[in-house]
Amino acid sequence: MKRSFIIIGVILLIVFIIYRFFAGTYNQMVSEDENVKNKWAQVENQYQQRMDLIPNLVNTVKGAAEFEKGTLTAVVEARASATQVKVDPSQLTPENIEKFQAAQGQLSTALGRLLMVVENYPNLKANQNFLELQATLEGTERRIAVARKDFNDAAQSFNTYIRKFPQTLLAGMFGFREKGYFQAEKGAEKAPEVKF
Amino acid sequence: MQKHRYLHIIIVFVAVFFTGVVAAQELPPAPNPPKLVNDYAGVLSEDQKQLLENKLVAFNDSTSTQISIVLIQSTGIYPVDDYAIALYRAWGIGQKDKNNGALILAAMTDRRMTIITGYGLEGSLPDGICKRIIELVIKPAFKEQNYYEGLDAATTEMMQRVKGEYTADEANNDASGSVLGAIVIVILIFFFIFFARVITVKRYARLNNLGFWTAWMLLNAADNANRRNSGGGWSGGSSWGGGSSWGGGSSGGFGGFGGGSTGGGGATGGW
Repeated sequence: MKRSFIIIGVILLIVFIIYRFFAGTYNQMVSEDENVKNKWAQVENQYQQRMDLIPNLVNTVKGAAEFEKGTLTAVVEARASATQVKVDPSQLTPENIEKFQAAQGQLSTALGRLLMVVENYPNLKANQNFLELQATLEGTERRIAVARKDFNDAAQSFNTYIRKFPQTLLAGMFGFREKGYFQAEKGAEKAPEVKF
Repeated sequence: MQKHRYLHIIIVFVAVFFTGVVAAQELPPAPNPPKLVNDYAGVLSEDQKQLLENKLVAFNDSTSTQISIVLIQSTGIYPVDDYAIALYRAWGIGQKDKNNGALILAAMTDRRMTIITGYGLEGSLPDGICKRIIELVIKPAFKEQNYYEGLDAATTEMMQRVKGEYTADEANNDASGSVLGAIVIVILIFFFIFFARVITVKRYARLNNLGFWTAWMLLNAADNANRRNSGGGWSGGSSWGGGSSWGGGSSGGFGGFGGGSTGGGGATGGW
C-alpha cells in the first residue's frame, strides 16, 4: 500500500518535472520567436518607407533634370521587383532572408546610381525639396541599417537558444527553425552613399 | 556539406559583428552625476555649459523630453552617426516608454556632426528638419567657431518643434495614483481593525452575557483605563504611511537619462 503511494508520487513528480521543462522551454522559444518577428517587422517597415520615398524622388529628379531615362527606369523597375519579394514572418529562413536582401540590394544599387548621376545637375542640388528628400533617404538608409542590426541580434539570440542542449531536442518537435541573418554589405549591395 | 554550413555561419557572424558595431568600451560612460551637456572636447566655457545645461534640464522637467549634447574630439574609425547611435543607446536618452530623446553629437577634429532622434521624436523632428538644422543653424556657426551660439540656436529650434508633443504629466499621474492607492490601503486597515474590534466585543459580550453595545462601552472604558495606566493599547503606537513621500518633484539638477532608444532617425553633416 505504502509502496504504491511512493510510486505514484514519484511518477507524478517526474510528470511534473517533464511538464515544467516542456512548458518553460516552449514559452521561452515563443518569446524569443516573437522578438525576432517584432524586429523583422521593423526591418520591413523601414524598407517599406524607402519604397514610399522613391516615387517622390523620381518625380523630383524627373522634373528638375533632362535625365537619362535608363537610370530612372532602373530604379522604378528595381522597386517593382523588390515589392514582389515578401517574406512571411513565420518563415524567416536563411534562404528567404537572402532572397529579400538580394531584391532590396538591387534597389539600393539602382538608387545609388541615381544619386551619383544627380551630382552632375547643380540645379537639382540647389532644390530644397530634393535636398530634404535626400536627407530623408539618408536617414531611412540609416534606419534600415539599425533595424537590420537589431534583427540580427534577435535572430542570433533565438538561434543560440534553440541550438543549445536540451532545447535543441524540442525545437524541431515544436517546429522552431533557425532564422537567417542579414549579411554585411557586399560591394554590390552597398547602400547608396549620400554625399553633399 | 556540413563543414560548409558552419563555415558559412562563422563568416556571417564575423561579418555581422565587425561592421558598424561600435564596441562599448570605446564609448564614454554615461556621465555621473548625470548631465545633458557633455563637452569632452573642451570647446565650451563653464558658463556656456551651464547655460545650455539649465536650458535643457528645464525642458526635460517640463516636457520629459531629453535633448543631450555631446562634444568629442573624434569618433575614430566609425562614421559619426554609427557612433552617435551606439552612444545614444548606451546612455538611454529619453524616457523609456516614450523614447523622446535627441542627441546632438559633434566630433570636433573630424568636423563631423549628427543629430540622432529617438523613436518618439521622429515625427516632430523628421530627418529633413534635422538636416536643415545642421545645414542652416549649426554649420554656419561652427564654421566661425561660435560653438555655443550654434548649439543654443539648434536646441531652441528643436525645442520649439518638439514642444507640445510630450508633457511631463507622467510624474503627476503617478503621484495621484499612489495617493489613491495609499488611501485605499488606509481604509482597508481601518476596516480590518474595526472588524477585529467587533469580533473581540462579540466574544466579550457572549462570555459575560452582555448586549453588544454594553460590551463595547465596557471594553472601551477598560481600554482607556489600561492606556492611562500603562500607555499601551490596541490603537496606540502604530503609524502606517508615515514618512513616505509621493511624487516629490526633483528640482535643480538633471535626474538622469530615462532609458530611451533610437532607430537611427536624424541627419548628419560636416562643417
